[in-house]
Amino acid sequence: MYFSKEMQEASLKLTRKWEDEVQKSLKNNPDQKERFSTVSDEEIKRLYTPEDIQDMNFAEDIGAPGEFPYLRGNQVTGYRGRYWTFRMFSGMGSAHDTNQRWKMLLREGQTGLSTAFDFPTLMGYDSDSPKALGEVGKCGVAIDTLEDFLVLMEGIPLAEVTTSMTINPPATVLWAMYCAAADIKGVPLSRIGGTIQNDMLKEFIAQKTFMCPPEPSVKLISDTVEFGTKYVQRWNTISISGYHIREAGATAVQELAFTIRDGIEYVEDVVRRKQMNVDDFAPRLSFFFNSHIDFFEEICKLRAARRIWAKIMRDRFQAKNPRSMWLRFHTQTAGCSLAAQQPYNNVVRTTVEALAAVLGGTQSLHTNSLDEVFCLPSEHAAEIALRTQQILAEETGVASTIDPLAGSYFIESLTNKIEEETWDYINKIDAMGGMIAAIDKGFPQMEIAESAYKFQAQLEKGDKIMVGVNKYLSNQQYPIPLVEIEEKVGEEQIKRLQEVRRKRDGKSVKTSLDNIRSACKKGDNVMPHCIDAVKNLATLQEICDVYREVYGEYRDPGLY
Amino acid sequence: MDTTIKKICAGDIRTASRLIRDIEDKLPDAKAKIKKLYAHTGKSFIIGITGAPGAGKSTLTDALISEFRKLNKTVGVLAVDPTSPFTGGAILGDRIRMQRHAEDAGVFVRSLATRGALGGLSQAAGNSIHVMEAMGKDIIIVETVGIGQQEIDIINHAHTVLVVLVPGMGDEIQTMKAGLMEIADVFVINKADRAGARQLQTELSSMLNLSPKTADGWKPPIVMVGNAFDPATFDENTAELAKKIEEHHLYLQQSGMLTERMHRKAMTEIKDALSACLMEPVMHSLVTDGDLEKIAEKIRNRKSDPYTAAEEITEKFFRKQAGK
Amino acid sequence: MPERKIRVMVAKPGLDGHDRGARILARCFRDAGFEVVYTGCHQTPEQIAASAIQEDVDAVGLSCLSGAHRVLFPRVVELLREKGAEDIAVIGGGIIPEQDFSTLYESGIKAIFTPGASLDSIVEWIKTNIKPH
Repeated sequence: MYFSKEMQEASLKLTRKWEDEVQKSLKNNPDQKERFSTVSDEEIKRLYTPEDIQDMNFAEDIGAPGEFPYLRGNQVTGYRGRYWTFRMFSGMGSAHDTNQRWKMLLREGQTGLSTAFDFPTLMGYDSDSPKALGEVGKCGVAIDTLEDFLVLMEGIPLAEVTTSMTINPPATVLWAMYCAAADIKGVPLSRIGGTIQNDMLKEFIAQKTFMCPPEPSVKLISDTVEFGTKYVQRWNTISISGYHIREAGATAVQELAFTIRDGIEYVEDVVRRKQMNVDDFAPRLSFFFNSHIDFFEEICKLRAARRIWAKIMRDRFQAKNPRSMWLRFHTQTAGCSLAAQQPYNNVVRTTVEALAAVLGGTQSLHTNSLDEVFCLPSEHAAEIALRTQQILAEETGVASTIDPLAGSYFIESLTNKIEEETWDYINKIDAMGGMIAAIDKGFPQMEIAESAYKFQAQLEKGDKIMVGVNKYLSNQQYPIPLVEIEEKVGEEQIKRLQEVRRKRDGKSVKTSLDNIRSACKKGDNVMPHCIDAVKNLATLQEICDVYREVYGEYRDPGLY
Repeated sequence: MDTTIKKICAGDIRTASRLIRDIEDKLPDAKAKIKKLYAHTGKSFIIGITGAPGAGKSTLTDALISEFRKLNKTVGVLAVDPTSPFTGGAILGDRIRMQRHAEDAGVFVRSLATRGALGGLSQAAGNSIHVMEAMGKDIIIVETVGIGQQEIDIINHAHTVLVVLVPGMGDEIQTMKAGLMEIADVFVINKADRAGARQLQTELSSMLNLSPKTADGWKPPIVMVGNAFDPATFDENTAELAKKIEEHHLYLQQSGMLTERMHRKAMTEIKDALSACLMEPVMHSLVTDGDLEKIAEKIRNRKSDPYTAAEEITEKFFRKQAGK
Repeated sequence: MPERKIRVMVAKPGLDGHDRGARILARCFRDAGFEVVYTGCHQTPEQIAASAIQEDVDAVGLSCLSGAHRVLFPRVVELLREKGAEDIAVIGGGIIPEQDFSTLYESGIKAIFTPGASLDSIVEWIKTNIKPH
């Protein structure tokens, strides 16, 4: 029982009286709409009272920061010792262009790097592949060989800055390049730190950046977990991501449930395939969530996420190390919440979403730039986005105390509700035989498509509002400058790639690719062979083609 | 020769697809074209693929296309998806899984919506097959909807019918109920890497052993096809499947059963054509004259009954025809 | 009863897999009574043009969010033209900056819909401007 009997009674009495007043008032002042719900269509009551959290047990369900169930955060001291990492996702054009942008961001106070790759790189194709037509350097940086990567990292202190790389199917290759770059610069692997996204399940579910089928994709991920645990201990080898699931149209609960269930799948695979003890690798698993526009729902989602993961690690996997139970996560504000109309309003949206992420206890944050609905961020727009985080941290005082919204009737009640609904999904997917089986059935894909369609219908009917999109339209245009990547970036990249192909030693490339092939066939860890291959200047696609050859190619099952 | 017919016989995809559309949309001209086209049809080998949704029919079709292309055979595919009964619209998504063949000039994939037909195909299926036959396709694969219980229209159109089952979907019983057991010439147990595949195979073969010998004396083989994402096994399995299909084709030819099936097909076609020539014009004039509403009102008010009304309509129709 | 039904194709050229919009659009077209052929993600312009002809569609809706529209959209129009199918209207959607509009229109793209365009407006456009073959 959360509240004393006396308080409970007093509250009940007051609430009843209030309800009568509401009925009276509604006669003259009706509500603006019949039903109030979150952006995920979770119904919200007019008022929350002690009754809503009466069944909670303070010690078990809420607890203290740094204590199980970690609802109030992993860190005992909160943000007082250290703010979240200001980590702006960036990458554009050539490796040199991106390197320049990074140096600017580091000068301006950014504390971690985060790499956006272009689509050919993300999909495991070289810049001169016919599939890469029109895409090179467009949505991020183009990397074909280790030479590009060394240009990207030029002048970046690898032992001091942590780097996050948003890379999935070819994660082994890009990470191998990072390791090889460290080696060349004389930095030991044990000193480098960062994250590779390396979460393939959410690609099948939502983002569709896929290469090989789910089973071997998960095998490659387990290879990185094993290699990281042994040699690159400061690296987060998976960033289990809900961000893209949400962007594809999922609700907050679906985002949380599918992400956490993906996490379970990865842990199970490493334990089974690599015979590793869960406490040896779980502390390096990290997560990545979306912070959408519905302020309280997002805070509750992030709080619930920590409590659910802690329970899973303790109860399902019998983890003993508290760090295995920590859900550490990066957050990005919601790209899909931004509007192309009246784009300056996006700064406000991003601010609210960033605030929710901070109140939800994020470890790291990317704030979207106001122009991200159109193109890659301009330097000015990226700076405003970074300043947004700095203002939140340094001026508003929201980081002064830990989990300030805890104990709120509404917050705790919504946190509980999100947790319950998340468990329902997890149980359902367990019953299907796990996430790979569920993906095979199209279950998460269809659930998301349904939610996306429902939201769009609500928007079209005016049940949900986006300012400037379906309400408060304006003809006044305040144009914003847009970044344009010229087609010649692609042409130059192709020239560079062909130059590398000409000068490298073809024989050692072939040998190292053969070694990867045989590791794939035998089920051995591919990482050492990948590092070797990239050092010999094998291209990204050459390595990925070996994966495609041995493991087969995944094709969109086309569910709708 | 009519230019449309000439182009179709030369394999022109644009013209062929347009005629299929005219057939679907029931344009009066389509019938005339089919008449002219008919002499050029009847030479292709037609394979039907049926089974529950999610059984992997499109993926198998895709794999079979590859197999037949390896043998240098040209392939036509008709993929049927359901029409929404509420809006009349349809999402035709089967070809997603066959897109790697999109640019192959020897492959022609055409999607059809059921438009209210209940037997797992579209009313236009039969004539669309003819269009592909006239194009000279060696093989035509017809993929049914896979949502109905009575998807047996396919036997009236195909030479060889594949029934696709998946372990653990509770398909076994459904299959028997739906009469799919009787129509299968080849069974495929798809996703055979899943638990329960062996058991399904055992059950199926014991059912086949129990069932009375089929009229044509052919015992449907059961082909196990593994996970599509294990390329080595999958390719081997689908090659085996293509072989079994070919064996059945040979058997049909050698046993004389092919003639029997072609005869059955001719019967269906005459029935369909009769319905198009009798039923459709009758309905058309009833609707345009507004008579249908009036007759329905009479029946509703019990001033008439459906049979009397139908007899009156028929009589009137034939009198009119005779008077022409 | 003879009735020409509108057939459209929704296709995603290029390597980006963000198919949220494309899928919603496909459903919306179905609900408007069209027959919609959906090709899935990661299609080359060649695959799209060949499929559009095989399916005899009246219009092709391209969705691209990666910035590759400048190259890929005109390429689809060009391929259709080469194959004598210039009567298939090509429309585009996705993250397309206004500065690209004129080049795209000049290349033969018939309409462009950017984020925030209502589904109704797209359906209306098709109903008004697309006469089935």
